[in-house]
Amino acid sequence: MLFEQILFFVAGLGALAGALGVVLIRNPFYSVLSLVVHLVALAVLFLLLRADFIAAAQVVVYAGAVMVLYVFVVAYVGGSDEPLGPEGGALGRIGPLFALLLLVELTIAIVGSSLTALDSTGPEVSAAFGSPGEIGRLLLTKFLLPFEAASFLLLLAAVGAVVLARKRRGLEEPEEAPGAVAVSDVVHEGGAG
Amino acid sequence: MDIGWFVVLSAFIFAIGAAGVLTRRSPLVILLCLELMLNAGNLALIAFSRMLGNQDGQVFALIVMVVAACEVVIGLGIIVAMYRRRLPIDVDQMNELRG
Repeated sequence: MLFEQILFFVAGLGALAGALGVVLIRNPFYSVLSLVVHLVALAVLFLLLRADFIAAAQVVVYAGAVMVLYVFVVAYVGGSDEPLGPEGGALGRIGPLFALLLLVELTIAIVGSSLTALDSTGPEVSAAFGSPGEIGRLLLTKFLLPFEAASFLLLLAAVGAVVLARKRRGLEEPEEAPGAVAVSDVVHEGGAG
Repeated sequence: MDIGWFVVLSAFIFAIGAAGVLTRRSPLVILLCLELMLNAGNLALIAFSRMLGNQDGQVFALIVMVVAACEVVIGLGIIVAMYRRRLPIDVDQMNELRG
């Protein structure tokens, strides 16, 4: 169908441009915005593949929640521009070469694959294919154990993030080393004098 | 649209993400490039799920999204902890595992 092909090329080019933007833009804040473009374009591709629920989850969870987290951290850390050049040692120089070799290898694997169904548009599927009801039924029957494991993993990640980001009162902070002047001391002396 | 197109696009996105992980130095951008690679995997999973007419691949993609969210939360927590301790936000200078 012509409309689907046009949509695929528009969304595919958007996804590629977003991915290139993430890697090539020097400012981390614009990299994050570029990734949002990439994720929304990927959601369109998921819709073309009849994965309605995954596309919705991609937009809401990924492009919404996770990217907001990124934006907050970039604003907090104050993402400064970094040089793009190969100052990163030998790995920085051979990195693009390695990625190119990876692409060549993947292309050979796909082209040389004996999966004849790759040249088809896939079998006819029912209208409920990929709907939230079908995915939910699979999650609660066939994939119950991975579902529970994923929820436990989310709980662990939440606890770990709280432990990592809390203020450490017991440990010695670098700015509280003996001999250094703490900000609170300066403020207190200024108030007294 | 043939399934092969989607798989080739996923290979391109994966290679771009790998190039970013290997060349960039800011841990924030490296996490973003990891997201690119995970999303390329998701695209391939969903393309094969469509090719087989089987929804199991979509459930795999959902679990991959959960794992990616956990990875982001922990990674950003580590970056915030590095910033609090006035450490340089640069993976080349973070070459010592020290508490």
